Formats: sequence, C-alpha cells, structure tokens
Amino acid sequence: MIPAPFEYVRATSLDHASALLTADEDAKALAGGMSLIPLLRLRLARPTTLIDLGPLRGELAYVRDEGAYVAIGALTRHHDLATSATLRTRIPLLAHVASLVGDPQVRHRGTLGGSVAHADPAADLPAVLSTLEAGVVVQDGHARRELDTQSFFQGFLETALRPGELVVEVRIPVPAPGHGWAYTKFNRRAQDWAIVAVAAIVERSGESITRAAVGLANMASTAVRATGVERALAGGDATGIAPAADHATEGTSPVTDLGADAAFRRHLARTLSRRTVHEAYERAAA
Amino acid sequence: MAAVSILGHRVLRVEDPRLLTQGGTYLDDLELANAAHVAYVRSPMAHARITAIDTAAAEQAPGVIAVFTAADVDVAPRPAEFGANPAMARPLLAMDTVRFVGEAVAMVVAERRAQAFDAAELVTVEYEPLHALVDPEAALAGGVLLFPDAGTNLVGEFSVGDLDGALDGCEVVVEQRIVNQRVSAAPLETRGAAALWSDEGRLTYWISTQGPHSVRTGIARALDVEPAQVRVIAPDVGGGFGAKVGLMPEELLVAWAARRTGRTVRWTETRSENLLAGGHGRAQIQRIAVGGTREGRIDAYALDLVQDAGAYPMAAAFLPYLTRMMAQGVYDIARVAIRGRIVVTTTAPVISFRGAGRPEAAAAIERAVDLFATRIGMDPAEVRRRNAIAPDAFPYTTRTGRVPGAGDDVNALTTMLMAPAVYDSGAYVAALERLLDAAGYANLRAEQIRRRAAGDAVQLGLGLSLYVEITSLMATPEHAAMAVRPDAHVVVRLGSSPQGQGHATTWAMLVSDRLGVPIDSVEVLFGDTDILAHGNVTGGSRSVQTVGSAVAETADVLVERAREVAGDSLEADPIDIVFDRAQGRFHVAGVPSATRSWQELAAEAAERLSVEHVFEPRGATYPFGAHLALVEVDTETGQVVLRRFVAVDDAGRILNPLAAAGQLHGGIAQGVAQALLESIHYDAEGNLLTTTFADYEIITAAELPDFELISMETPTPLNELGAKGIGEAGTIGATPAVHNAVVDALAHLGVRHLDMPCTPQRVFDAITAARGATTEAAS
Repeated sequence: MIPAPFEYVRATSLDHASALLTADEDAKALAGGMSLIPLLRLRLARPTTLIDLGPLRGELAYVRDEGAYVAIGALTRHHDLATSATLRTRIPLLAHVASLVGDPQVRHRGTLGGSVAHADPAADLPAVLSTLEAGVVVQDGHARRELDTQSFFQGFLETALRPGELVVEVRIPVPAPGHGWAYTKFNRRAQDWAIVAVAAIVERSGESITRAAVGLANMASTAVRATGVERALAGGDATGIAPAADHATEGTSPVTDLGADAAFRRHLARTLSRRTVHEAYERAAA
Repeated sequence: MAAVSILGHRVLRVEDPRLLTQGGTYLDDLELANAAHVAYVRSPMAHARITAIDTAAAEQAPGVIAVFTAADVDVAPRPAEFGANPAMARPLLAMDTVRFVGEAVAMVVAERRAQAFDAAELVTVEYEPLHALVDPEAALAGGVLLFPDAGTNLVGEFSVGDLDGALDGCEVVVEQRIVNQRVSAAPLETRGAAALWSDEGRLTYWISTQGPHSVRTGIARALDVEPAQVRVIAPDVGGGFGAKVGLMPEELLVAWAARRTGRTVRWTETRSENLLAGGHGRAQIQRIAVGGTREGRIDAYALDLVQDAGAYPMAAAFLPYLTRMMAQGVYDIARVAIRGRIVVTTTAPVISFRGAGRPEAAAAIERAVDLFATRIGMDPAEVRRRNAIAPDAFPYTTRTGRVPGAGDDVNALTTMLMAPAVYDSGAYVAALERLLDAAGYANLRAEQIRRRAAGDAVQLGLGLSLYVEITSLMATPEHAAMAVRPDAHVVVRLGSSPQGQGHATTWAMLVSDRLGVPIDSVEVLFGDTDILAHGNVTGGSRSVQTVGSAVAETADVLVERAREVAGDSLEADPIDIVFDRAQGRFHVAGVPSATRSWQELAAEAAERLSVEHVFEPRGATYPFGAHLALVEVDTETGQVVLRRFVAVDDAGRILNPLAAAGQLHGGIAQGVAQALLESIHYDAEGNLLTTTFADYEIITAAELPDFELISMETPTPLNELGAKGIGEAGTIGATPAVHNAVVDALAHLGVRHLDMPCTPQRVFDAITAARGATTEAAS
C-alpha cells in the first residue's frame, strides 16, 4: 500500500507531457488516477515518473455538440458525463453508463480518457464506446490521429498508443433520433467491475430493427462487439431477439475468476444480450 | 411522582459531534515524535523450509535502522491456546518453517514508512517448498504434517452423545454437508501498534485493540516486565469484530523492537496484510443429520464438525466448543450428538469474528430445520413453532454438553469447555409470531406461489431463522470508579473501552439516571490502563450487562457515600437522608426544604465523593430473536437481491434503542454479507486470492434494504438492569435467514442446499444441477 519511489511532474502543456513520455518510456501519464493509483499502491505498476495531466483540465475537459458527433475532452470526469445535458439528450446511453462507473468518489475523479487509455476489458466505458462506434483522438505534440475502438483497444490493458501519444478526445457519432438504448451491468456489488456487461443500441422502423449495435464488457481481453447478434437482429423484429442473443458468445474468450467461470460468463452474455436488446428495442421509437 | 428515566429512550451519541466534525484519532493518526516505522517481510509460500535469509542489502538501504529475523528475537513463541498441542506454538517471526502465505519472516525498522517498505523488498529469503495443506478434511488424514513434532494436525477433539446412533429409529432423517466458509472480520481500521520505552524502563504502548488490559498482561508476560511497567493506550478504534481481542506477533514485535532499538517504533498494517495475516473467522465444515416424525417433531440432531484453525491454533482451538454449546439452538431436541475436530492447515490462523462459534451453530441448526421441513413438506415456520423450547421451561439446560458431576472441578478448563448452556430466559415462539405478523408471512407465501405458478424468471424466497446465543460467556467481573469533581461533573473511569459501540453515551445515561445529573455533566474515561488498574475486553456482547451493571452499581455506591456527606452537612444520620433522584438533591426525611445538591456536596467534600466498585456477574445471558429475509432470485442469472429484512430481537432490557439499533444494523449487514458475498479464497497451493477489497467483497449500503427492526424485551434475571448483549445477535440471526431464503426461492426447482456465499455462479450451478437431476429422473 506504499508505492515504489517515482518522480512527479505536473504537465504544463500537451507538448510538455508528450515530450516527457517520449523521453522516458517508463513514465506514465496520470489523469484521475482511479485505476493507476491502486496499481501503484500494490506496487504492480512501477513507473519512473508520473506526469500529472491535471493542469490540462482547462483545455481537455468538455462535452461539445458538433452536430453529427459529440466531442468529449479526455479529462472529462464520469460525473460530468453522467450529468451532461448534451449527452442526456443526444447520447443517453453514455450518460447513463457513466453514472454506473465505480462509486461516487471514482466518478468525481475518474476521467473518460483515463478509462480509455487504461483499456480494462471489464470497465464500462470501453464497451459502450465500442457500441457507439466512437473515435479515439490521440496526439503527440501536434500530430493527431483518430482511431476506431477496434484499432485502439489491442489487448488486456493494451492500446495502440505510441510512445509520447496521449488520448485527447473521444468523438461519438450521434445515433439516429428515437434510437433505443440499454445497458445491463451484471455484478455482485454496485461498486464492482462488471462480471459481464452488455450495451445495446437499436434503431427501428415499425416493428423491424433497422440497426443494432451490441457491445460486451469482460468477455474477452478487450471490449468486444457482439457482431453475430447484430447480424442476426438486422431486419428482424422482436421475435428474433432471443435467437439472435444466442450468438453473443461468438468470438469471445471469457476468463475464469472469483466472480464467475468462463461457461457462466458465456451464459450471462447470451441471457443479458437478450434482455438488453429487448429493453433497447422497447425504448426505441417505432 | 416517579421521575421519567432517560433509560429506554433514543439518546443521540455524545461521541458523534467530534467524530463527524473533527474525525477520530485512530492509531495511524497519533503524532509520535521521531518514530521509526516497521514493515514486515512476509512469506510468499504456504509451506516451506527457510534455508537462508539475506538481510545485508536491506540493512544498507536508506533510512534503515535495523532488520530483524527469528534469530534476533529473544521472545518465546506464542503458546498454542486453549490446551492445544504445545508443539504448535507460534514463533513471532518464522524460524525454520513458514506455514501460511503472509507469515512474517523478517522485520524492517526504518526512519520513514516508505523506506521500510522499500528495504523490505531487498530482504531475500530462500525457501525449500513443502506440500501445502489447504483442505481441513484432508488435514485429518495427516499425510502432510505442519508440525512433525506434534505427530498430528489435530489440535483438539471432543464429543457429546452417540454420533453414530443418534438418528436411530427416526421416521425421517435428513443429512447435509455444510461449509461455513472462511471470512475476514475486515475492520475498516487495520491492525496497528506503537511503542515507546521511557528511560526508567516503562513502556507506553498504543494499539488498536478491544482490550488494553489483556494486552498489558500479554506484553508484560512476553517481554518479562512487571505489568505496572506497561501502560497500554487504545485510541479511537475503527472496528474490531473479535479480530482485535488478542495480541498478535506483529503487534508484540513493535514493543520488542522499540526496546531493542531504543526508538519509538510504530506499525500500521496495510489492507492486504490484514487480509493475509490479520486472522480469519468461521472456517467450519459441518455434517448435520436431523431426524424426526412426519408430523414435524424433531427427535434427534447430530453435528459433526471440522474446524480449520489455520496454521497456528489461536481462538479456533476454542471456537468449536461454543458451536457445540449452542448447537441445538432454540429447539427442545431429545437426542443431540456432537463431534468436533480441530485441525491445522497452511492458511492464516482462524480467530474470533463477530459471534465466534455461535453463528456456526445457528447456521447449522437453522439449515437443518429447513431441510427437515422441506423433506416432510411442512412450512418451516410451523416446524419451528412445534419444536421451540416452551416459555415455561427456563432456566433450560441444553443437551449439548456434560453437566459437571460431583467429582468434577468446575473451574477446570476441560469442565468449562464441555459445559452445556443454561438458557436464562426466552420467549421463542412469541418472537416468531411477532415476526410472521410484521412480515405479512401468509401474503408473502401467496406471492411466492403465484410467481412459481407463472414461471417467472425472478422467484421469491422466504428465509427464517430463530436464534438464541450466549453473551458475556465468561461472566468476568468488571471494575468501575466514579467521582464527583468540585464543579459537580461526574467522572467515570473504566477499564473497558469501545470500538464504536457508543459506550460513552450509554454509561453517561446510566450515571444520569442513577445520580439525577444531566448527561453532559458526565465524563467517561477509558482506553488507557493508567485510568483504572483492571479491565476486560469488549467482546462477546458483554458490555452493557457487565460494564453497564458496574457503572450502575458504582453510582449506587456513590449515592450511599453522598448520603454520608449530606448527613454530616445537614447534621443528620445518613439513614435519615433522602435522595431525590429526579432533582439530584439530598434532604433530611420530613424536611424537604433544607437540601444539598451534588454541587454543594462536592464543594464541601469532593475528596470523599470518590468510590470504586466491582460488579460480579451471576452468569452468561442468552438473547434470542427471529429473523426473516425476503430475497428475489433471478433464476436465469443466479442474481440474488435482498428485498426485505425483518428482525425481532430480544436482548433483555434495552438502555438506548438508538445504540442497540446501530449494533443490529452492523450485525445484520455482516450476517447478510456472509450469506451472499464474503469468502476468503485460497488456491490449492495455499495462495490467497482475496488480497484486496476488490476481491474480498464486504457489503455496502447499496446491497441492503432498510431493515425492519422490531424490539422485544424479556429481561434476564441475572443482572439488575435485566440486560443481555446485542452486539453479535444480528450477525448470528441474519446469516441463516438469508441463506434459507435463497434455498427457499429455488426449492420448487429441486434445489435442497447450496453453500455460502450464495453467489450468482453458485445459484446458477445449483439450478443447473437440480434441473439435470430432474431430467435424469424423468428419462
């Protein structure tokens, strides 16, 4: 519970932070610290230097409605996502899920960019961003690039970030007006990581499903899309939801841990996909 | 006109303004000048021979004052407790063998805490692995021995009645293996200690403890100094739950190292260390058999238990005797047979945890009654009604022990360990009926039937428990001192100190009631062995009935003394002095106009208004109650949600209902947590898997409903207050109520039992297995 020794630097600018990260590959950027600090205290992470991004909050904490998409600064805290009027009307799924992350203390410190860069497959936000087909904007000095979530999340706690790069923004295409959404987080205690979680977006025309997006948390080494479910749903109606949900485990590789074994996780993924898609379908305007 | 007593009223805690505005001063908050810090090097192996320890690099590290290993420690190993095999004594630091992951192997003392941790990483220990032994039933076989000199893993064993023949002739017999899983007391303040020796050789020792005086005794004995040379201070203590009753090696070493280094030395345990080495609770494997008639009469009960003591026999050498004592619960059962076997395993030592042996008894008998009810097709409430001990049967001697005969030494350890319980007073069926009424039991059953018929995914489960438990087990005496200062404030000095129970409030209420003074003129002092020479631990739900009685009786002694002083002052015989309790004034009988207040008496002769007194309890008391848990179980996912919790608890006379409700809230929460969430997990190699609060799941408010608490008061005849204990009752009653509720929700699917904690995985597996069995039977 006492971290190994490290240096501490407050970033004065994005360039400054990038330069420090480029110069020392064992340096680590610190945003809200809700994942990193526990790792430091257990001495599971031993960075040489912590680069505190706190001073950059002025430029990197925002939720901006850009019309076709909403742009969210990397240092925006979960609580600010949960209470954002823009998100609650335009992308209610994200606002809702942000209200379920950890506990109030975590939501008032933890940031969207931090959660994305940490890339924990059991976390809520990566799965939801994947479902929403978000773009992750990363920056090294003045060089920017935008990656989709499939490209960004590479493995367990692994991302496509290159040395010196920082997550600066997340861009989320706004789903069609009247879309349905739902999120089911299955855990034993409210504050826990999900044993399995399912996010769903459903767009309807009458009884028919015109578009469905389904994402899973903690079913593989990264957040994954249940593309088998999505394909089976497309063009069908509510009667197709249950059989479609049986495809939820395709392409997954769940772990066995104290919370659940892999077989039970697969069962949960199917059951919760059915329920979550159904809820999103019901919520969608016909 | 009789004055209205403050007792029995909800009085806000006098402790809270400070705790809420300033915060408490817990062990790690103490400001100690120039203190050195301790970090322990702990074993990563469950069972291994130590072949070499190299401390050279650590000794050279920045800030390091000393690095100690077993070779340096000139303190005798901690003796095995409660008559356990002496070959199982525990060295303060592992000598040639480590016996659990987390056992302390070396001690680093450094100027700063971080330096101690950094240096601890530099100590290299070479281990030669031995076989881990995690399963207590396997330990019985003795294939792997933790203590070859002992020649066995058996710490102790006992039996009552005829285990093999107990069920003979019963019309119906149900058997079940039940695992009462290993859990952690998980006090939010972990362990900690600090020590400072004066130039005159007197030790001041701060420790997060439930009993400063027993710590003083332990330290004095271990370090070979006079008890008077040891002053023990318990600052604010952030929870104990039984885990802070004893004196653990890491704590004792702090005092030793302070003497050795000549420095003030302090240690605060980390959360992971607490989960590794702070001691665990429960850890029993129980085989139960219950027999009776189809009409619902229980004739026989057998309990065969194996207690996992962990690596060194501490309280676990004693706890199963309490399980034995309370095994038959509230029921009048003609034949009771019990066997207990206690074994060591390569896991953290098992110590007392809230209820300490009694929750294990209640869990077993309450599951047994439900299994029996299900087998004969009778409502579990009805089975309880038919078998509970009648209200006119008290005092009731249980069939769980051996009544000392003429030739027995009643003070011998073996006699005491095997004594039956003698229930003082009870009204078990009355508690049950109140519970069923308050819960709307019939309506809940109707809703359950409706959901079953509809085939809902989310099913309803109702769980009952009807418990009795023992409080103030050892009935140890308690001392109190009381004095009136010249400013008329009453100062109470006690040897017993709290860990959050609200003693200062409850004792002030008693003093206020007895002396007729305002609550805020009472100062209660405790938590320091220099305050009063004698004191006992706060544990076993003993405080109100023993310390409370001591305070009340001491107040009475003070009134008698004041009568003498008033007699002198009013020039009357003390016999003729009347004490008007409501006014807090003394006058001569028949002359109510000439009075003396406490203030006036104190101004005249404060030095005489100072008394000490010892309360001698007449015996243990037996609180009881009835709990109902209503759960929803999602049969598709295994998710269990506790919807309602209704509790009727009778702990005799309640002095402050607010404090009692606080004890019940925490107790019920911990009881629910064992049923649904908490479990210490080791893998087969003896590695602890639950090393942080991310994996070890303590319960939070988000998982709990509002509790519906119903008070019932059946006074005990054993003390004048009529009070029994309530600190552990909630835990004892809640666990089986919730456990039974989960099984009840699944009964129609063919599930008869699943072990705690009832996690989604386990619930789902139980449903799957029952469905498989049903399908097999049908095909």
